[in-house]
Amino acid sequence: MPPSQTSALAGVLQKDRAGVLQAWMQDQQAGSAARPDLMPASEVQDQASQLLDLLAAAVGSGEGRDGSSWQALRQFLASISTSRAAQGFSPVETAAFVLSVKQPLFTKLQQRAADPGQLPAELWAMTTLIDDLALQTTAVTLEARDRMIARQQEEMLELSTPVVKLWDGILALPMIGTLDSARTQVVMESLLQRIVQTGAEVAIIDITGVPTVDTLVAQHLIKTVTAARLMGADCIISGIRPQIAATIVHLGVDLTNVDTKATLADAFRLALRRTGHALGKSNGSERA
Amino acid sequence: MPVQRSDALPIRNASDVVAVRQLVRTRAQEAGFNLVDQTRIVTAASELARNTLDYGGGGRATVQVLTETGRTGLRMLFEDEGPGIPDIELALRDGYTTGHGLGLGLGGARRLMNDLRIESQPGKGTRVDTVRWR
Ligand SMILES: Nc1ncnc2c1ncn2[C@@H]1O[C@H](COP(=O)(O)OP(=O)(O)OP(=O)(O)O)[C@@H](O)[C@H]1O
Ligand SMILES: [Mg+2]
Repeated sequence: MPPSQTSALAGVLQKDRAGVLQAWMQDQQAGSAARPDLMPASEVQDQASQLLDLLAAAVGSGEGRDGSSWQALRQFLASISTSRAAQGFSPVETAAFVLSVKQPLFTKLQQRAADPGQLPAELWAMTTLIDDLALQTTAVTLEARDRMIARQQEEMLELSTPVVKLWDGILALPMIGTLDSARTQVVMESLLQRIVQTGAEVAIIDITGVPTVDTLVAQHLIKTVTAARLMGADCIISGIRPQIAATIVHLGVDLTNVDTKATLADAFRLALRRTGHALGKSNGSERA
Repeated sequence: MPVQRSDALPIRNASDVVAVRQLVRTRAQEAGFNLVDQTRIVTAASELARNTLDYGGGGRATVQVLTETGRTGLRMLFEDEGPGIPDIELALRDGYTTGHGLGLGLGGARRLMNDLRIESQPGKGTRVDTVRWR
């Protein structure tokens, strides 16, 4: 925006700083954006005062929006957005805090207008600038939220791959959901770790809950089986539904070196045999 | 060939690949494919979408339901502006990979679908057009 349109604003910020701050704080306290339960008035005033200084510096600098004074302003907005979010302010409340400086600036611009013909342009420039700053606080809050969701997803990755001990020497890993590479990595590591810890002889990987088995998933499975073998454990893959079995064949994935069973129960029976346990019901005849 | 329905999705990261799979599964179900066919189509989509991401540097997928007299089809189009495939026959060969894969994705997708065409220009990008009829 041409400098002429914000030069009036620069003047107001310089000469009427105290008045603007005072009016802003009064509006704040009257408005719904004030949350004395979350932040004492003195701290709000502190933030408002710093924001005005940085805004005055940026507007007065004559720099473009990527200049260092604007960067300092943006950084400050980011930091108060983050700290306010942590204190329990909603994104709307933080944006409202910034937006509520408009009214006092509006009044002062009007009072100081040298040329009434210029006033609409000056007001417009101020309004779009403050809107922009308020939007930035929202963007920062959303980014922080995205990061939090990503972190929670990572935590869930670790939670959702429980290795359970089915029997002496027999582990089972029921896999559920999409086996994207990050998750498969976690699965593989936790299984190998448990094999070492427990000295298990057989590990059953159950993929009943995996909706799609493509070459990437197959490759992860083959790698896990190979690694487990190196640690002295045999793997059995169970829960391969008929439609998945057909697809694996079409893909050309070779699972002939891997024991596979239709159900977890079948796999468990095989594992018991492997480890020298017999099922009581058939009086050991299963071992034949 | 009348297109009943067409959706496009970007492929920029691993979660986009999941989204493509989910869209393809929904459309295949709506188009009345049986469970085995749904699984074939979704698996092919997974292979092609991941190639678009891993080798094409990202791109987009278009999923269409087609109707012709007496038959319904599901068409998938994967496009990227990546490095292209210098030798398509070689790329289709089982076991051939320039990455760390099994080298089965392209050939496998061709076997899972009814018709699969690859157009690619080195330096310009790749377009894989494939359909499965019900
Ligand atoms: N969209 C693409 N752009 C550029 N090269 C591609 C593209 N798709 C496939 N290729 C090339 O073709 C090769 C074979 O692809 P294919 O999907 O068959 O195997 P892969 O992806 O290497 O392994 P897999 O799919 O088994 O995990 C790839 O390694 C890559 O060099
Ligand atoms: Mg591939």
